[in-house]
Amino acid sequence: MKKGGNYMTDQLIIETKSLRKNFVSRSKGKDKLVEAVKGVDLAIKKGEIFGFLGPNGAGKSTTQKMLSTILLPTSGEAKIIGYDLAMQQQQIRQNIGYVSQAGGTDSMSTGVENLVLQAQLYGLDATTAKSRAAEFIARFQMSSFADRQASSYSGGQRRRLDIALGMIHHPQLLLLDEPTVGLDPLSRAYLWDEIKQLKNDGITIFLTTHYLDEADKLCDTVAIIDNGEIVAQGSPAQLKSDIGADTVLFGFSTEQIAQKAKELLAKEAKAVKVEVKDNSVYLYIQDGERLLPNILRLMDTHNLDVQSINLSKPSLDDVFLKHTGRSLREDNL
Amino acid sequence: MKMLNETRLMFIRSIQHTLRNPIWIFLNLFQPLLYLFLFMPLLKGLGGVPGLPAGKTVQVFIPGLLVMLALFGSAFVGFGLVDEIRTGVIERFLVTPTNRVAILLGRILKDVVVLLVQCILITLVAVPFGLSVNMGGFLISLLLYAIIAIAMASMSYAFALIFKSEDTLASTLNTIALPVSLLSGIMLPLALAPLWLRNMAKINPFSYAVNASRALFAGNIYNGDVATGFIIIGLLAILTFWWAIKSLEKMAA
Repeated sequence: MKKGGNYMTDQLIIETKSLRKNFVSRSKGKDKLVEAVKGVDLAIKKGEIFGFLGPNGAGKSTTQKMLSTILLPTSGEAKIIGYDLAMQQQQIRQNIGYVSQAGGTDSMSTGVENLVLQAQLYGLDATTAKSRAAEFIARFQMSSFADRQASSYSGGQRRRLDIALGMIHHPQLLLLDEPTVGLDPLSRAYLWDEIKQLKNDGITIFLTTHYLDEADKLCDTVAIIDNGEIVAQGSPAQLKSDIGADTVLFGFSTEQIAQKAKELLAKEAKAVKVEVKDNSVYLYIQDGERLLPNILRLMDTHNLDVQSINLSKPSLDDVFLKHTGRSLREDNL
Repeated sequence: MKMLNETRLMFIRSIQHTLRNPIWIFLNLFQPLLYLFLFMPLLKGLGGVPGLPAGKTVQVFIPGLLVMLALFGSAFVGFGLVDEIRTGVIERFLVTPTNRVAILLGRILKDVVVLLVQCILITLVAVPFGLSVNMGGFLISLLLYAIIAIAMASMSYAFALIFKSEDTLASTLNTIALPVSLLSGIMLPLALAPLWLRNMAKINPFSYAVNASRALFAGNIYNGDVATGFIIIGLLAILTFWWAIKSLEKMAA
């Protein structure tokens, strides 16, 4: 096993303190300060799958780029595998893998050439690099296409190679930026299995995603990030139980009726929270299934015509909605 | 040692790409060949004017043409880099411990090799037109073209890393390359130019390269023009290469 530097805490593989990144964007001759990441504190445990869930532009990729040493933080501190991000970049580079959203596969080269070069760039000699490439070709089932130029690969094949490239040096920590974006369901399922397998092998995974199901099913810990800030953090089960309520979604024909229904529900039903969004009312309520018939009767006596109804157990989207006032689903439409 | 090895790896990767699509080596030759076939004959009748001795027009034109090939042939290499920035290849290299100098130097050495092959081919084609080649001078002139290629390729890569877009890159490079070639006496000797134009050419580093190239083809290896040309282009190459490395380091930041 590789040994890292001095751990701040033995259990943590990534620890950040008030990590910030500001960009200056120039539009119409005016400089505008964009705060992409506004002081992120992370504590990622060794061996877990940690997910950054948030909409596009939330600061997920920017944070990962800083942690992978290719983007200089504006301020803040970070320790990765015990190495200081500001001082020990070479050590960090040698011990982590990073797969960007763009991937990084060189389409003009074959899969084998990509893998061998990548291994050599991590300091392996030609012979070891070749056997390492063979190892990953077998492991990711790439033998049918590894000798072809990568420009001919399907999305799923390319993604497998991207990830293999990020792992060729057997890193302890793998950063994956939106690993399944744009993949067909089959490739997606395959990749999820592969990521779980990596975890079983003892590798810590830090992935970003804007897919709720990916965060929910794949990650041990999820941090919800919006607008450059972490708004909630915990295991998916924990985050959902913090909501403490089922969501009942009522649809009405107009916003006025929805508004009236909201006022009624806020007064009469034992709601945790009631919100109006366009023609819909979101009612967060404990024990929703049992109370729903009564609520419907209540609506009826007040002549509020319910057009549609939907009851759901808490999801990560509800967690997102609770903390940001927006739905992640709508953001991604 | 580590850096040399990494430069070698990057060079091999780039040259493999070129060999996979060798047509580009020849497409780049199209323009200089057109000049050779369709423009050079015009000069013959001009022989005898200042800077263009009668019967020696080929001897004056070809060394300039080779500088132009080095200039334009290397100026547009940044396009390939923009594509690799977009597909994340460069970022992938940057997250490895690979030396940043090696990442660019490997590519640039490929550009140098491609250019030298092109220069040799053009020279060979020009021999039947009456070009006489002084071997020593020619070999040294190849070194000069190699340094021009390093300077131009570095500049092209620096712009590619800064703009990350083909459109901006194309207009910027054209804006620079055209006046630079016009002000270097490539087509016609600057001796023909009015004084103000000759003075303007003095601030153009490539006019010194053209002078050095012509002196070398004439076999005047120990000529002052040669030394001046090498020093000026050498400094330019160091400056642009340093700029390209800084741009690579700053690419993501």
